Amino acid sequence: MASESPPGASGAVAGAGANVAAALIGRFQKICGTEHVITHPHDLHAYRSDGLTHFQVMPAVAVLPNSAEEVQAVVRACHAARVPWVARGAGSGLSGGALPVADGVLLVLTRMNRILEVDLDNHLVVVEPGVTNTAVSAAVGPHFFYPPDPSSQTVCTIGGNVAENSGGAHCFKYGFTTNYVLGLDVVLTDGEMVTLGGHGEVDVPGYDLLGAFVGSEGTLGVATRITLRVIPTPEHTRTLVAFFGSVVAASAATSAVVAAGLTPCAIEMMDALSIAASEQMAHAGWPAEAGAALLVEFDGTLADCEAGFAELKAICVDTGSTQIRVARTAAERSVFWKMRKSAFPAAGRISGRYYVQDGVIPRTRLPEVMARVEELGAEHGLKVANVFHAGDGNLHPMVCYAGPDEAARAEKVATLILQACLDAGGSITGEHGVGVDKKGYMPRMFDEPDLAAFQKLRCAFDPDGLANPGKVMPTPRLCGEVPGPNRVHPLEAAGLAERF
Amino acid sequence: MAELLSAGRTVRPVGGRTKTDWGGVGPAAEVELSTRKLGHLVAHNEGDLTAVLEAGVRLTDAQTAFADRGQRLSLDPPNPGGEATIGGVVATADSGPLRHGHGAVRDLILGVRIALPDGTVARAGSNVIKNVAGYDLAKLMCGALGTLGVVTEVTVRLHPLPAHTVTVAARGGDLGTLSQAAAALARLPLQLEALDLRWDGPAAGGALLARSAGRAPAEVAGIAATAAAAQGLEVTVTEDDDATWAEQRSRQRARDGEAVLRVSALATALAAVLGAAPSGVARAGLGLAWLRIPADAALVRRLRAELAPATCVLLDAPAELRAAVDPWGVDGPAVALARRVKQRFDPAGVCNPGIHVGGI
Repeated sequence: MASESPPGASGAVAGAGANVAAALIGRFQKICGTEHVITHPHDLHAYRSDGLTHFQVMPAVAVLPNSAEEVQAVVRACHAARVPWVARGAGSGLSGGALPVADGVLLVLTRMNRILEVDLDNHLVVVEPGVTNTAVSAAVGPHFFYPPDPSSQTVCTIGGNVAENSGGAHCFKYGFTTNYVLGLDVVLTDGEMVTLGGHGEVDVPGYDLLGAFVGSEGTLGVATRITLRVIPTPEHTRTLVAFFGSVVAASAATSAVVAAGLTPCAIEMMDALSIAASEQMAHAGWPAEAGAALLVEFDGTLADCEAGFAELKAICVDTGSTQIRVARTAAERSVFWKMRKSAFPAAGRISGRYYVQDGVIPRTRLPEVMARVEELGAEHGLKVANVFHAGDGNLHPMVCYAGPDEAARAEKVATLILQACLDAGGSITGEHGVGVDKKGYMPRMFDEPDLAAFQKLRCAFDPDGLANPGKVMPTPRLCGEVPGPNRVHPLEAAGLAERF
Repeated sequence: MAELLSAGRTVRPVGGRTKTDWGGVGPAAEVELSTRKLGHLVAHNEGDLTAVLEAGVRLTDAQTAFADRGQRLSLDPPNPGGEATIGGVVATADSGPLRHGHGAVRDLILGVRIALPDGTVARAGSNVIKNVAGYDLAKLMCGALGTLGVVTEVTVRLHPLPAHTVTVAARGGDLGTLSQAAAALARLPLQLEALDLRWDGPAAGGALLARSAGRAPAEVAGIAATAAAAQGLEVTVTEDDDATWAEQRSRQRARDGEAVLRVSALATALAAVLGAAPSGVARAGLGLAWLRIPADAALVRRLRAELAPATCVLLDAPAELRAAVDPWGVDGPAVALARRVKQRFDPAGVCNPGIHVGGI
C-alpha cells in the first residue's frame, strides 16, 4: 500500500521544495510578469490563510497567472521541480482548503476573472475560475440565474465553488455546485490540459471524472475554464418567517413541511440567540420572546407558488407557530434575508470569538440533535448560537467563547457536536469542505478501505502529490492542527503504509 | 464479492440483464457476477426523503415501495420487462424524461458501497442529502459499467410523487419549428419535470412534449400550451398521460435489426441531430438525443462525422456492430486520464475488461 501514498505529502519532499520554489521565481516572473509574482514576506502576509484564519502558513511565493497557458506553464515548472502548489481564489473558504503549503507555491487565480461566453439559448455560461459567484448570475440575469448561492457569494470565486462543491441557502430545492457544472478545462499536476465533461453537452462518453473532480478541494488539479448551467429565473417568490417557541418545535414544522410533499426553495432556521444577535444588525423587529424563527421561501410560477405557500402557512399554524410574518414587499423580503445572513457577523458582536461547525444530520433527527447541542453548550458553560439550513439538515452551530481557556472548551464542544452528527448518521461537513480543519475527523466518518479508495483516485490524478497536499486526507498531526483522535492504522504502525 | 474480484479472474457484473449489449466487446469474462441476491431495500427514510438500496433491487419494486408512501426516485429510464436493477441503472447511467427536471442518477445518488478488486469494500458519500466529505466516488461509479469495481449498495435522494401531472403535446411536420418551440418553452420559468422532442421524419412529423407536475400543473401546462400554439403547432393537453412518456422511453431502445445512437449535443443543435436519422427522441433542454438507426457501421461513422463536435455513443446494438465500430468513438486526454483511474482501481483489469472508452 505504500505506493498509494504520494511522496509530495511527506515532510522530506515538501522541505526540499523550499529552495527549489525560490529557484523557480525567475521562471514564474518570465511566465506571468514580475509584478504578478509575489515574494516579499510583507506582501505574502495576506495569503497566509483563507477564511479559517487560525491556520496560517507562509508560502514561498504567490503567483498570479492571467491565462490557462500561464497556469499550465507554472504547474509544469512545479512538476519538473517536484514543488507542491495550492490553488486559491478569493480565500473565503472556511476549512483551510486554500491554506498554503510551507515553502510551496500559491497559485492565485483572481486575475482570471473573465466571463468567456454567455449562451442563453443553451442555458450556459463559460467563465474563468476567478469570476465571483454573484457575477455569474449578473451575467445571465434577469431572465436566468445561477442557483448555488453560498453566503460569501459576492466575493467567493467559481473556481473555489467548484473545488468545494459549494452549497447555499437554496440548495434544498436546486442542488449544489456539482449539479450545475457541465464541463471543466483542468490543468493536471503534470501540466497536461484535459477537458472533463463537455462544453455544455451532458453524458459525454467516458467516466464521470467531472463528478469526481467537483468537490475534490484542489487536490486533483486546477480548473481554468468552467462551463456552468444556468436556469430561468422563477417568475414569482414568496417568503415568510414563522416563529416558534423552540428550535425543537420549528424542527418538527420543517419535517411536516417536507412530509406534505412541499419543496420550498429555502428552509432556514435561527434560534433565539442568533435572532437576538442579528436583530442588532438587521433591525427586523422580530419578537424578542421567540424561541426560533423558520425562514421559508417558495418560488415558481404564480399559481404553483401561491398553492404551496397557502399549504405552508396552514402547516406552520398546525405545528404551533406563535406568529407568522409574510414578506409583502421586496424590501421586507430582503430584511428577512438580512436577518439570516447577518447571523455570522452578528455572532461576532455578541461574543468575541466563535467556532463554527458544518455538520449534517438526517432532517428527521433535528429535534434530538438540537437538544444535544443545547445540552453540550450548557454542560461546558458556553453559549451556542444556531443558524442553519433546516431543509438540508445542515447545522452551523456557533460555539461562542472568549479567552484561551474557553477556546479549548469551545473546540471540545464543537468536536462533540460533530460526533453527535455522525452518531445520528450524518456527515462531518455539508458545504465547508474538509480542508485541514476536518481531516482529523475523516477516520470517524470513513474506515480505512474508504480512505484507501479515495487515495486511488487522488493517485490517478496526481501521483506525485503536488496539488494541495496535506488536505482532505488525514495526516499525522502537525503543529496548529485541531486536535482530534487520529487513529493509527495497523499498517502504519507496522511501517507498511503512510498517510498523507 | 470483493474476495471474488481479488481472485484475479475476469468478472462481468450483471443485474437484470437489460443492458448487456452496451459498450465495447471485450474478452469473455471468466466469471459472471450476479447482484440478484442483493435484493433488499435496506431503508426507506421517508421523513428524510432518502433510501438505501442493495444493487440488485429492481427499480420497479423500489418505485412501488416509494409510491406507497407518496414518494419516488425521480429516475425513469426505459425498463422494458421491468427487470432493470438500481445497480444496473447506476452502472449505465441510463436516464429517462424526468432527467429534465431532476437530473441524472449522478444527481440523485448520495452514497455508494463498492466491492473493489483489491478485496476491500469501500464506502463513499453518505446517507444525508448534503455532504462534501471525501471524494465523490458515487458519481465516478455512475456510467462506469462496473469497470472500477462492483457497486453493491447505493443511497439515493427521493422526491414527493406528484399528485397530478399534465402533459402538453404540440405536433407539427417541421423539425425547425418544433425545436424552436422547445427552445421557447425551455426559456420560460415553468419548472417542467420533462421537456422532450419526438421526430419520425418529414412525412410523419413529430411532437414537442412538456410535462408539468407540482402544485398547479394545469395552470403551468396552460402557459406551455399557449407558448407552443404561438409557434403554429397543433396542441393537445392531457392529464396524467403516462402512455405518451412510456413511448418516449421505449424509443430510447432499438428494435430488431436496429441500433440506438445516443447523441450528446448542445440544445441548439437538436434539429440537426434529430434530422440526421429516420426517427429519434430527445431531452430538448439538455441536448441529449437517442436516434434509432439501421445497424450499419458505415452509417455510425458518417453520423459521427456529420454531427461532430456532438459525441455519439452506440447503445443497444448487436455485438457484430459494436465489434465493427468503437461504440464510444472518443479518444484524447480525458480517455488517457480515465485509463489512469482504471489502473489505480483495477490494476489487474479483472472488472468487465474491454467494455469502456479506449478499451478500458
